[in-house]
Amino acid sequence: MAALDRIAEPWGSRTPYGPGERWPVRVDTHLAEGLGPDDVERWVPTASILHSNGDAIDIAVRDGRIVGVRGRAQDRVNHGRLGVKDLYGWQANASADRLTRPLVREDGRLVETDWDTAMGRVVGRAQALLEEQGPSAISFYTSGQLFAEEYYTLGVIAHGGIGTNHVDGNTRLCTATAAASLKESFGCDGQPGSYEDVDHADVIALFGHNVAETQSVLWMRMLDRLAGPNPPALVCVDPRLTPVARAATVHLAPRLGTNVALMNGLLHEILAHDWVDHAYVDAHTVGYDELAERVRDFPPEVVARICDVPADDLREAARVLGTAERLLSTVLQGFYQSHQATAAAVQVNNLHLVRGMLGRPGCGLLQMNGQPTAENNRECGADGDLAGFRNWSNADHVAELARIWNLEPMQIPHYSPPTHAMQMFRYAEEGSIRFMWVSATNPAVSLPELARMRSVLAQERLFLVVQDLFLTETAQLADVVLPAATWGEKTGTFTNADRTVHLSEKAVEPPGEARADLDIFLDFAHRMGLQDKDGGPLVTWHDPESAFEAWKECSRGRPCDYSGLTYDLLRERGGIQWPCTPERPDGTARLYEGGRFLAQPDYCESYGRDLLTGAPLEATEYTAMNPEGRAIIKAAEYVPPHEVPSDEHPLQLTTGRTLYHFHTRTKTGRAPELAAAAPDVWVEVSEHDAAAFGLAEGDLAEVATPRGRIEARVRVSGIRPGVLFVPFHYGYWDTAGGHEPSGAGRAANELTLTSWDPVSKQPIFKTAAASIRRVAAGDGTPAPAPTTTASAPLDDALPRTHGVASARALEDSPAGGAR
Amino acid sequence: MKLGLVLRELHRSESELAHTLLVVADRHRVDHEVFHVARDLARWSQDHVRQIAAIAERYGESLDPDDGGEAGLLAALRDKGSEAMGRLREPGLLLLRDLRDVYLQASGVSVDWEMLGQTAQAIQHTDLLDVAERCRPQTLRQAGWANSKIKESSTQVLVT
Repeated sequence: MAALDRIAEPWGSRTPYGPGERWPVRVDTHLAEGLGPDDVERWVPTASILHSNGDAIDIAVRDGRIVGVRGRAQDRVNHGRLGVKDLYGWQANASADRLTRPLVREDGRLVETDWDTAMGRVVGRAQALLEEQGPSAISFYTSGQLFAEEYYTLGVIAHGGIGTNHVDGNTRLCTATAAASLKESFGCDGQPGSYEDVDHADVIALFGHNVAETQSVLWMRMLDRLAGPNPPALVCVDPRLTPVARAATVHLAPRLGTNVALMNGLLHEILAHDWVDHAYVDAHTVGYDELAERVRDFPPEVVARICDVPADDLREAARVLGTAERLLSTVLQGFYQSHQATAAAVQVNNLHLVRGMLGRPGCGLLQMNGQPTAENNRECGADGDLAGFRNWSNADHVAELARIWNLEPMQIPHYSPPTHAMQMFRYAEEGSIRFMWVSATNPAVSLPELARMRSVLAQERLFLVVQDLFLTETAQLADVVLPAATWGEKTGTFTNADRTVHLSEKAVEPPGEARADLDIFLDFAHRMGLQDKDGGPLVTWHDPESAFEAWKECSRGRPCDYSGLTYDLLRERGGIQWPCTPERPDGTARLYEGGRFLAQPDYCESYGRDLLTGAPLEATEYTAMNPEGRAIIKAAEYVPPHEVPSDEHPLQLTTGRTLYHFHTRTKTGRAPELAAAAPDVWVEVSEHDAAAFGLAEGDLAEVATPRGRIEARVRVSGIRPGVLFVPFHYGYWDTAGGHEPSGAGRAANELTLTSWDPVSKQPIFKTAAASIRRVAAGDGTPAPAPTTTASAPLDDALPRTHGVASARALEDSPAGGAR
Repeated sequence: MKLGLVLRELHRSESELAHTLLVVADRHRVDHEVFHVARDLARWSQDHVRQIAAIAERYGESLDPDDGGEAGLLAALRDKGSEAMGRLREPGLLLLRDLRDVYLQASGVSVDWEMLGQTAQAIQHTDLLDVAERCRPQTLRQAGWANSKIKESSTQVLVT
C-alpha cells in the first residue's frame, strides 16, 4: 500500500491494461489525520456526489462522525479508485458553518426560527398565491445533486399537486443538451454507451470534454489503456491545452462558437471517403440524405477558415474517426454550454449512426452529465419533463401518468413545453412568477449575467425559499432558508452518467435540526393538503424506500425502467445499470443493441425540435418522418455566434471548471486540501495575447464584457490565442461582499451573457466577447491556478501544485502493485 | 405571364418579414431567446430577398437586393425602451401580438413561395424552382417558430 499526495498526482499510479481486458483494481483511501483503516467502526456504502462519474465509495464512520472515504473495489464504475474531490470533499459535511436551524426574514434580516414557523410561511405564501393568481405564480428550481426519490417527490408535488409548469433544475446548465441531443437522435433520452466501452475502444474521441478534470476516474481508466498494450488513439476537441489534449493523437482547438461547422467538416470527410456503414444506415436510420446534402458545403478548407484549425488536422481527425473499428465518443460542456449546443451534440450522434457504432463493446456514445444526480432529475421529471421520459405532447403518456398519480389528465400541465430555468427567471423578472423554491443549488453564482440575476432574486415581490447546507450567496437573498441534510446524512439512490444506479446510505445524523430533502418535500405536501382525484393524499410514500418503490412503478415499461431494482439488490450488488427489469435482473450495459431504437411515435419521449429555432415538431410531422421508430440523422446549418469580438471586446471568453472544485465550491471550498489547491480565481491567456496586452504570469488583470467586469490573476497557459478562460467556481460567500462583489468582482458569471440554445435551453457560458487589461503588476507570485491541469503554465519553472500535509492518500493495487 | 408580379410581391413580403423580425427582436431584447432567434431568422429573409433580386433580373424586374435591413436609430431607441420595460407585465401582451404578426407574415410569404414554385414547375424554369424550393422550407420554419413561441408564452401572459 502506497501513500501519495493526490493533490500533486490527481490521477494516482497507473495500472495498465490492454483492449478487452478487465480494468485492474486499485483501492484509494483517505482518512482523517492519525486514523488508519483499523480505527474505522463502520463502512457505509454510497457513491460520489461531487461529479457525475458515480464512483462507488464506502464512508468511514467512527464515533458517529464521518472520518474518511474508500473506493469500492467490486463496483463496476471505479474498480476502487477515487478522484480528488471525493478523497477530500467529505470533510465539508462537518463544517462549523453548516445551517442547523431554519431561518426567516424579519425586518430585512434572516433570523433563526423553528420548522413550524418556517414551513408555515412557505405554505402560507404558496396558498395565498394559488388563491390569488393560480399555479402560474409558483416555481421550483432544483438541482443535479439530490436523490431520485427526492426529485420524483418534487415532480409529483409540482406537476401533480400544485399544477405548475415551472419546474426545472440546474441540470439545465449542465446536462440539458445531453438530454436534448439524445431525444433528437433517438427519440428518447437515455445514455447509449457504457464506461466499459473504454476497455474495448480503439479510438476515443472527446468533444468539449475535459474528462481529466470533470470525471477524473474515467480519465484514470483511459490513462491505464494508454499505458497498456495496443492503446486507443485519442481525438480531442478543446480550445484549451487540457490533459486530454496533451495526450491526444489529434487535438483540434476551434474558434469558440464554431462546433457545428467543425462537426459538419468531420462528417464531410467521413462521407466523402465513404467511411459509412450503409447497411446500418439503411436498416436503422432516417435522414441520411439530408445530412449528405448539408455537409457538402463543409469541405476542410471552408471549415478550416470558419474554425481556424489547420485543414490537415481536420483531415487527420476525420481519418482517425472514420477508420476506427470501435469508436467511443464523449461530449460535455465545450459543446453543451456553447453556441448551437444541441445541433453540435447531435452531429456526434450522427457520427456514430453513419459509422454504425452503437450498442457493441467499444462502440459507445456518452453524452455526459456534469452533476452526480443529473440523470435522476431527467428521469424523474424535476427538470420539467414528465416523469419516466414520457412525452408531454402525447395524450396517452399524460393519461398514463395521471393513472399512476390517480389524477385527471387535465390536472397535469402539458399544454406547452415545460418552462425552462432561464424562462422561469425571466417570468420572475417581469413579476408573473412570485414564489420560487430553490433546492440544492446556487443561481446567484452559477447563472449567467449575475448583476441581473441578483436583481431578480432580491426583488421584494418574489418570495424566495432556499433549501441548502450552507448560507450560500442565493440563501442570503432568501425569505426562508431551510437547512438540509446531505450525502452521508440521508438515504436514497442516484444514477451516474452511464446509467449506473447506486444506493447511498445514511452514515451519520445531520447537524442540528437539518432535515433530509425528501422529508422537507413530504412535509410540504402534507401541510399543503395535496390530494389525488378521490380526495386521498397525492403523495402516498413516507420514506426513501417507499418513495423508490413509487418511482419504480412510474418507470415501469419506460426506457429508464427501474422495476427490477430493490434497495436490497443494490446493497448486495453495488452499481447496476438501468433498464433493470425482472427479465433483465443484471441491468443493461448498452442501449440500442442491434439497432433497435425506442423512437416509435407512440413510445418516444419527444417528437424533436427544429435544431435552429427550437420549435417543437408536431406528432404528425414526426410520424410522417419516422413511422418505424428508427434513429434520426438530423443535419444542422451552421450560424455564427450571437456575440462576436469587436474593437472594444477583441477576445473571446470561455468559462469552465477545475479539477479541484465543484459547482460554486459550497463543499470543495470547505475542504482544506482542495481549497489550497485552487484558492482563488484566475484568468488564462495565451502567450500571444499576454504579449499583445502586456500581461505576465501573476499580474492582476481586469476582464470585461458588455455585462460586467472582474479582476483576476493572470496565468499564461497553452490556451488558444484570442481566448480567455475564467473558472466559474468563485463567488462571494467567503469574501467581504457576502453574496455580491465588494469592489472588483471575481465570479465568472459577472461576464457571461444571457443567451441559450433554443433547443435544449442550456445557457451559453462559453461564447462571449471580452477585453483584458493589466491593473497591476504581479510581485513574482504565480496565479492561484493549479499547475497539474488544463491551467498548467507554459513556464515549467513555476512551482508545482502540491498538497498540504493532510493530502496524503493511500493506494492499494492488489494485482501486483501499481506500475 | 405574371411572374414579374409574383416576384415583386415576394420581394416586398420577404423584405417586410425581415424588417418585422428585426423590429420584434429589438423590441423584445429582454426576452433573450426571441431577440437572438428573431435576428437569426431575419437573416434568412434578407438572404431570400437577395436571391429574389438576383433571379428577378431574368424576368425584367429590377429589385433591391438589400431591402429588409437593420432598423437604425429608431431601433436603438426601442432597445432602451425595451430594457426599461423589462419589469412590466404588458410587454407579454405586446410579445404575443408581435409573434402573431410574424406568424401571419411568414405564412403569407410561404404562400407566395408556393405560387412561385408551382408556376416555375409548370413553365419548367428549374433555376427559379430551385430558389423556391430552397427558400420556402425556411419560411415555414420561421412561421413554425413564431407559432411555437406563441404556444409557449401565451399561457403565462394570459392567465396572470
